[in-house]
Amino acid sequence: MAHLTPTPVLEPDQNRTMILNMGPQHPSTHGVLRLILEIDGENVVRMMPDIGYLHTGIEKTCEAKFYQQVVPLTDRIDYLCPLTNNLCYVLAVEKLLGLEIPPKAQWLRVLLNELTRINSHLVWLGTHALDIGAMTVFLYCFREREDILRIFEMVSGQRMMTSYFRVGGIALEPPLGFLDRVKDFASRFPARVDEYENLLTGNPIWGMRTKGVATITAEDAIALGASGPTLRASGVDIDLRRDMPYSGYENFKFNVPVGTEGDVFARYLCRVREMRESIAIVKQAADGMPEGPIKANAPKVVLPDREKMKTEMEALIYHFKIITEGFAVPAGEVYQAVESPRGEMGYYVVSDGTAKPYRVHMRAACLANLQTLPKMCEGRLLADVVAAIGSIDIVLGEIDR
Amino acid sequence: MPLSPAITNLEELKSHPALALLLAWNPSAVEAVKYDRDEMTIYVDRSPIREACAILKDDSECEFNFLSDITCVDWYPAEPRFEVVYHLLSISKKERLRLKVRLGSSSPVVESVTAVWPGANYFEREIFDLFGVRFSGHPYLRRLLMPEDWEGHPLRKDYPVEGYR
Repeated sequence: MAHLTPTPVLEPDQNRTMILNMGPQHPSTHGVLRLILEIDGENVVRMMPDIGYLHTGIEKTCEAKFYQQVVPLTDRIDYLCPLTNNLCYVLAVEKLLGLEIPPKAQWLRVLLNELTRINSHLVWLGTHALDIGAMTVFLYCFREREDILRIFEMVSGQRMMTSYFRVGGIALEPPLGFLDRVKDFASRFPARVDEYENLLTGNPIWGMRTKGVATITAEDAIALGASGPTLRASGVDIDLRRDMPYSGYENFKFNVPVGTEGDVFARYLCRVREMRESIAIVKQAADGMPEGPIKANAPKVVLPDREKMKTEMEALIYHFKIITEGFAVPAGEVYQAVESPRGEMGYYVVSDGTAKPYRVHMRAACLANLQTLPKMCEGRLLADVVAAIGSIDIVLGEIDR
Repeated sequence: MPLSPAITNLEELKSHPALALLLAWNPSAVEAVKYDRDEMTIYVDRSPIREACAILKDDSECEFNFLSDITCVDWYPAEPRFEVVYHLLSISKKERLRLKVRLGSSSPVVESVTAVWPGANYFEREIFDLFGVRFSGHPYLRRLLMPEDWEGHPLRKDYPVEGYR
């Protein structure tokens, strides 16, 4: 963060260019992103993103918490996909512990993760279209998002900061009627995606604002560390759910939408198609939900059921010990990556054998994706900057952590 | 699935393509290896890290063309204090590899890999900001997340969680 030195690097050519400060309170920067732009008339000559306004030191805080206490912190990193963050963290700790997770918990995790992906993409689509001037889509998207948030509230009691996954399983058995509600939503949703596409995909104004705008080649995207739809829209076919499956994704059938053009429109199409694939996964998960326990059989790690705790001495002791002392994790280190709505979200967890993580590092997909922004915008019109920011789908909470 | 013990014997892991490649190129560059929880770690000497990354990236056998992440771990008060950790991904082979460079507290400097992957820029700035590890040859090594005039490096282990009062 360079707020004390207003223009850190960009020294304008006094005769031709000027420095324009965009953000951090600009509504289309999706949070608190500050861009320092050197412009020549309407053209962007250079761009420098300035971040850190939302830095809360979550990585440092994690080192002072027990392993199970880190889960709620992970919600706050990428507040549009809290369950993806929960999943990535618990998978990393489970890998450190060598825990095996029962199939029902895995399937529920997949189901909720895909709903999270749709939720995140809906917010992205609404705000991205709003930035470019298509107001209506925003209202349509938030209508469906509300349904998803109600489902989250149903299972976890929270609309956004869910903290629903636990090391070794999930927190609670989903309530009665949960699967019916999910199936009902899944049957309605594809028609809603058609509605969004009717408004945008063939819309000539939308096309003019997005086609051929903010292009990035596959080589540049890989070199800059871009991932997720930002990378796939440039023609690189990688999706961690399919290529390096985790949490039972190998049991589901889905396609990975890949673009070719690498422009704003290609990234838009990729994400919209991803929503259709995600809802297909949700359907498969809801239809084939296995029966069985939702927690791993590891009494020293997983909290006992409430009922057992009241009747069995041993369960009460384990409960007391986990809450007061935490659980020790064997020394070692693990890098676990999942495909978040924005790209490769990775957790690097180092254990020194105690009950608190020695180091937790989050690989933020947005931080790497943000690096592609200058490449996309330099040499282009100022008005395209807004389209480009929306198209990489940034969440500043994840960038700054 | 119970945990199997980590393999740290260089001879046992010689068949790993990335390790074989580095050993064939410069045996003294590899300090140690570890295979633990299905993840391969190679400890690389500080000075040839950029060349090692370039070789792993360009080799057609390994093709670690994607830099997932760079981060750092502070082992204070042990020496060497810092471990800079590189996570590489091969998009074509769907393989991951972890490289580590150990740095003493007296001069925590390592060569930047921005020449190999421009995307290393922010990761290295973040490490410089939060750990005080410097990267020689970095195009713009300034604080990324903390304010410019901040004192100290917050993720170091001798930095209190609540900050200095």
